Amino acid sequence: MTDELLRMTDVARSFDVSPPWLNRVFERKGRVILKAVDGVDLTIRKGETLGLVGESGCGKSTVARLIVGLYAPTRGTIAYEGVTIAGAGASRDEAALRRTRRGMQMIFQDPYASLNPRWRVADIVAEPLRLHRPDLSRPDMAAHVAALLEQVGLAAADGTKYPHQFSGGQRQRISIARALSTNPSFLVCDEPTSALDVSVQAQVLNLMRDLQRRLGLTYLFISHNLAVVHHIADRVGVMYLGRIVELAPTRELFGTPRHPYTRMLLDAVPDLAMTGVARTAVAGEVPNPLDPPSGCTFHPRCPWANARCREENPVLRPAGGAEVACHAVQEGRLPPRLVAVAAR
Amino acid sequence: MTAAAAPLLAVEGLRVEFPTRRGTLVAVHDLSFDIAPGEVLGVVGESGAGKSITGAAIIGLIDPPGRIAAGEIRLGGRRIDNLPYAEMRRVRGREIGAIFQDPLTSLNPLYTVGRQLIETIRTHLDLNEAAARQRAIDLLEEVGIPAAGRRIDHYPHQFSGGMRQRVVIALALAAKPKLIVADEPTTALDVSIQAQIIELLKRLCREHGTAVMLVTHDMGVIAETADRVAVMYAGRIVEIGPVADVIHRPQHPYTVGLMGSIPSIVDDRARLTQIDGSMPRLTALPTGCAYHPRCPQVFARCREARPELFPVGATRAACWLLEVPAIASSGAMA
Repeated sequence: MTDELLRMTDVARSFDVSPPWLNRVFERKGRVILKAVDGVDLTIRKGETLGLVGESGCGKSTVARLIVGLYAPTRGTIAYEGVTIAGAGASRDEAALRRTRRGMQMIFQDPYASLNPRWRVADIVAEPLRLHRPDLSRPDMAAHVAALLEQVGLAAADGTKYPHQFSGGQRQRISIARALSTNPSFLVCDEPTSALDVSVQAQVLNLMRDLQRRLGLTYLFISHNLAVVHHIADRVGVMYLGRIVELAPTRELFGTPRHPYTRMLLDAVPDLAMTGVARTAVAGEVPNPLDPPSGCTFHPRCPWANARCREENPVLRPAGGAEVACHAVQEGRLPPRLVAVAAR
Repeated sequence: MTAAAAPLLAVEGLRVEFPTRRGTLVAVHDLSFDIAPGEVLGVVGESGAGKSITGAAIIGLIDPPGRIAAGEIRLGGRRIDNLPYAEMRRVRGREIGAIFQDPLTSLNPLYTVGRQLIETIRTHLDLNEAAARQRAIDLLEEVGIPAAGRRIDHYPHQFSGGMRQRVVIALALAAKPKLIVADEPTTALDVSIQAQIIELLKRLCREHGTAVMLVTHDMGVIAETADRVAVMYAGRIVEIGPVADVIHRPQHPYTVGLMGSIPSIVDDRARLTQIDGSMPRLTALPTGCAYHPRCPQVFARCREARPELFPVGATRAACWLLEVPAIASSGAMA
């Protein structure tokens, strides 16, 4: 309890993607509901980096948006520092919620779309401060903004420039400075380096690591790039069609992946160490989330699926040093993983 | 290593310019390389390195006012950079296939994939409608589209991203070209689908003996696919050599930094190597070696003169550190 920062309990979020009412009447079709997140249980501990990986449409960005309050959950609750901030039992007091939320900030993927092109950088970085700290005087605010810019490796004088005068990596630094302006303890990072070139990505990842050490930050780091998550995260959750299928410490997950989906993902990552190594091709595609398979949603692609997998949805259960949602793992009928890296 | 025989594609001294109101921007400078028949050449670099422009120059698709200002591109010994538009159209598709990043924009949404395949096949091969349709079905089967006979009459929007990219590959292979220029063919795809597409490209090119110029920013994709790799920076090749050498024994400081900055799922490093700064803008290229402002090993000469490619084993790299002082730079081009 003491070191727990955020807890999501059975959180689900669905979206109504039905055609308009008149079409439904004429075409005699019902509503279409997309379950973007379907029962996620997750705790994030103070000071750690929790990585969340998965392919497009698995619901990882929806989890981020649920946590920072951009979406309300359709089911379940989210508690931050022991205070329920979303779902049943959440406080109705907007001001109190805002005070709680001040401790969390978000960094988005696209540093070109997330900065207002008509604002000067200093105004962009100061915006959260104006909202959360209206008591600050102008000179105090300016000093604070200058310190923030220097903290992320930019010059205080850069505050007078506009976003277009910066490269992608520098813009992401500005996003980070803005996120840090309210002295948050928790940053939700949704694909923060995906739009960047590798050498710039390395700069931003190193910066995030330094800031974490210096400021004691907690990160939720969402990415589709397994190598990036391997590098930055302490624990990793793997999502598939709105559910977490495996959650484990990073070393454990990458060393001994247990869920068949995790194994498949790890086998699919092209890696520098694998030059000229033949790999087993991955079968199938992510199914349509509007019409997910019965039982375990991974069963149509899983080589170890049986009748139970087709009917009963597995829940996340401890297995070795990890938590895995898989009948085959829980029943012990999953063979050990054949390591694909040939001797070289 | 196999470049001894006559190359399939030979690029020499290629220069691509874009005239603008504020002067001429040179996107690609004095670029020379070749691709042997059946070889996969990876071209890597970060945004703005000029890798896509190079690919576009080879398939003759540089958008005006951009133009090839100097140099030659030869395909099987024949010069193709100065062909008239109509003639280049025949080369493109027939002799050079193209695969682009976004499979949705490479396909016409208003025609079935079959229509598009048949049109391509009949443009380049002397086949009647029925034979072309059969070949289209065979192609779709070959690229791994299930129930190809039925899927041929579907529209692009009825395919998933990975399946669309398979259709694009089928289109590129339709006229049995000797060379395919693939520009970021897997960048828009999820990892598991990406692995499938890489596998498919590798298998098809092996079976057909097709050479590939694979342009990508993803070193991992290159590592698994290419025979040789060219690393581009600010419009020039800074290092070119066999893939294992460039990845495991990089010579140019930029390549060293680039390799160190890539996170991996197998090693445990506390910090990634970081290259400070960013790629220079084309409007303000540094003097001498374009990498010198970011280079940790810079010395006086780097600021004054631009190094040419010096051989180091089977690799060649453009860095003054690699110059062998005894032999005057004779510039032996392979």
